[in-house]
Amino acid sequence: MKLLKELLSTSPTRAFLSIIMGFLVGAIFMMVSGDEVGEAFDQGGLGDALWAAVLTVADGYSALFRGSIFNNRADDVVAAIRPMTETLRLGAPLIAAGLGISLGFRVGLFNIGGNGQMIFGILWATWVSTRMELPIILHMVVALVVAILGAALWGALVGFLKAKTGAHEVILTIMLNYVSIYLFTWFIRSPNLLQQVEAGGTPKSDAPALTAQLPQLVPGVYSLHLGFLLAVAAAITYWWLMERSAVGYRFRMVGHNPNAARTAGISVERTYILAMAVSAAFLGVAGANQALGTQVPYTETVHSGIGFDGITVALLGGGNALGIFFAGLLFGAFKAGGPQMQVIGISPDVLGIVQGAIVLFIAAPPLVRAIFRLPVLANTPALDSLRARFSRKGVSE
Amino acid sequence: MKLELKGMTKKFGPVLANDKISLTVEPGQIHALLGENGAGKSTLMNLLYGLYRPDEGHILLDGKELSLAGPGDAMDAGIGMVHQHFMLVPVFTVAENVVLGNEPSTRIGSLDLEVARDRVREISARFGFDIDPDALIENLPVGIQQRVEIVKALAREAKILILDEPTAVLTPQETDDLMVIMRQLADEGTSIVFITHKLREVKAVADVVTVIRGGKVIDSVSPRTSIEKLASLMVGREVDLTVAKKPPKTGDVVLKVNDLVVVDDRQQKIIDGISLEVRAGEILCLAGVEGNGQTAFAETLLGLREVTAGGVSLGGRDITNASVREVLDSGVGFIPEDRKKDGVVGEFTLEENFMTDGSHEEPWTNGLTINFAEREKMSAELIKRFDIRTPSAATPAKKLSGGNQQKVVVARELTRPLKLLVAAQPTRGVDVGSIEFIHEQIVATRDRGIPVVIISTELDEVYGLADRIAVMYRGRIVRTVSPKTSREHMGQMMAGIVPAGVS
Repeated sequence: MKLLKELLSTSPTRAFLSIIMGFLVGAIFMMVSGDEVGEAFDQGGLGDALWAAVLTVADGYSALFRGSIFNNRADDVVAAIRPMTETLRLGAPLIAAGLGISLGFRVGLFNIGGNGQMIFGILWATWVSTRMELPIILHMVVALVVAILGAALWGALVGFLKAKTGAHEVILTIMLNYVSIYLFTWFIRSPNLLQQVEAGGTPKSDAPALTAQLPQLVPGVYSLHLGFLLAVAAAITYWWLMERSAVGYRFRMVGHNPNAARTAGISVERTYILAMAVSAAFLGVAGANQALGTQVPYTETVHSGIGFDGITVALLGGGNALGIFFAGLLFGAFKAGGPQMQVIGISPDVLGIVQGAIVLFIAAPPLVRAIFRLPVLANTPALDSLRARFSRKGVSE
Repeated sequence: MKLELKGMTKKFGPVLANDKISLTVEPGQIHALLGENGAGKSTLMNLLYGLYRPDEGHILLDGKELSLAGPGDAMDAGIGMVHQHFMLVPVFTVAENVVLGNEPSTRIGSLDLEVARDRVREISARFGFDIDPDALIENLPVGIQQRVEIVKALAREAKILILDEPTAVLTPQETDDLMVIMRQLADEGTSIVFITHKLREVKAVADVVTVIRGGKVIDSVSPRTSIEKLASLMVGREVDLTVAKKPPKTGDVVLKVNDLVVVDDRQQKIIDGISLEVRAGEILCLAGVEGNGQTAFAETLLGLREVTAGGVSLGGRDITNASVREVLDSGVGFIPEDRKKDGVVGEFTLEENFMTDGSHEEPWTNGLTINFAEREKMSAELIKRFDIRTPSAATPAKKLSGGNQQKVVVARELTRPLKLLVAAQPTRGVDVGSIEFIHEQIVATRDRGIPVVIISTELDEVYGLADRIAVMYRGRIVRTVSPKTSREHMGQMMAGIVPAGVS
């Protein structure tokens, strides 16, 4: 019983409850935004209106399901599971970005500059993928590495400025976002830099060279590409780094208590620089996903705000690799399913509200606790002993 | 005013912080509330001051029941509190601080500071406080700041004054002065609740002593009760307050500090020319009132502060301005003064806390990954050897009591290969049982031939541990004396005066 209570109040449960709450909030918006409910009320009164409301919500969320997981109206199996592959494809960069932002959180750094870091990575990856000629595979690997290093550099700059001048990383990252996006815009609008060679003035890049594109996993059938496996690799790397490695241990120590870390001989400044670089490196993976995972020319909007969405993914993911992985997939599903909702006449912006509401509930644990009457736990002896048992097997928290 | 607490009970989750506590404070009485840290004294006082709501129980003032929704109600009822950490605005004047929250105003609504000044002058004169109402708080010594707090309470016409560990920040002389003031207030009819864990002070000033342990009233006794008896009531068993140690077997000089000067952010000299030597196998205590450079000295030894002039050498090696990493790796064990801030990472498990110094090396890591199996083994060993009371090695450190957290720090620092141990306030906020244990461990370290530097503001601890005592005042060492020096002389030196007959 005690263990159950303790389990109930830990973050996975809270995340789950927050998601439910988010969907409920979204449902309310669906009811009030459509015409059906109002019409039903005029014609048949309250009972009909309620029924119409339920139907609207059911329609909306089943459209989301069809668009993001399984399309039961498709003609064959290949088409039926296409939505799921789209969810994976769209979730992949969110996962990578979420991992990066989350890493920052755990070192005590509020990295709002994910988007800027991503774009800086995209800039150099675009250069490699459209302006260089390299053999197949190698071209892609070089572009990928350049995206990661570019982003990491942009992140390290933040860490460096913070460490040397004491400037706050939130201000730095917000400002560097602007620098980065306008730098990239300038690059793809300048013919002698990255603008499409035959564009005739449209502010677009070239499409990445075939040799540099992330290859599709099932060529010609689904657009799901190697980016998803990169996201999986990123999640594993994140797990190893934060839970197993000595560097990650120091990251976490600085995040929890920089004073104690300094007293223990750790250079907090250097840790900030390194952590910002590593955090941004994950965003570089997200950037590569965007720049190399496409077959067509793109504008500066190629970032899709993923660096910002990464913040919500990180918050929902609760700091651990698995949580972030699923949080990224959830928001990927929203992206994949949005169009289907639009088809049946429900604004996909409802999903933005759901996403925002989920994070709001996550960020306000006392609220969720109050709604579900979860206990506040100062002590979790039963959980502790359970954790101890696991950590003996080498699975640390 | 007569204050009665009846059956006061307060729970925090499953923890019973106050369990049916009843006590009576007669008008003009100094009622000492004696108990260890965590015994429930502060909870009780917060209940009385309206900061917490009791789960059960009544507060009666002159027989009338009192219901407190917040500190405002308590103040209106005539209850004043002087917190351990002063609640003063440093950039405001004395007068402004005294009226803060209850500002007198003119008819057009502007602040009437003249009334405030008068009030301060009047109260000061009554008790011979000598406080300038226009002085800025930040320019006043700690002892005077405390008086401002008392004036603040009296200006609200407090008839019952709660003093929460008031002597923690005072010199022995300032403590004596405070005792005089307390007596004077009591003679005028103010009731005083005096919270402390210092037995000597209780004996000196209290009329009645109520001992609290584990959230319960253990006994109310006369202050004439012997110190040993009071201690055993407080702890619940017989305790040995003296530290058993043999005469030191000193060896070569290991730590050498030459004319050390350190400045702070504002370019003030916080260490102003300290020279000292510590030999293998001896304990040197740096005594002094808090804030006279001891903390800065410890931080400088560790490499946390930059040396402006002078130097430090350890075993013949110059470690002036070495990084913390280099200092630690050259064999300095460091027990920081503020364990919550610098000593442990509260969210980390005990296992993780044991390896904070060693995340770059064997046996904790192979440089790249953590050696989980080794860590588990060593942690179990440390927990056993240092008698750390914890549900498991995977418990976050913040869930342990202060004493056990401190043992985690002590275990970590003493089990590394050491050339020098620096311990700042090693037993602050630690229960008596753990104090005994930590003291034993420090003496054992000395007996292994390791030089030890202790920084302590507790004279009892200084006398108990030291082989030599260096008294610090304003960043300098006043004198280095033997522990046979009298408390009176020690007190004078702590105020910067060298008494006649001390060499």
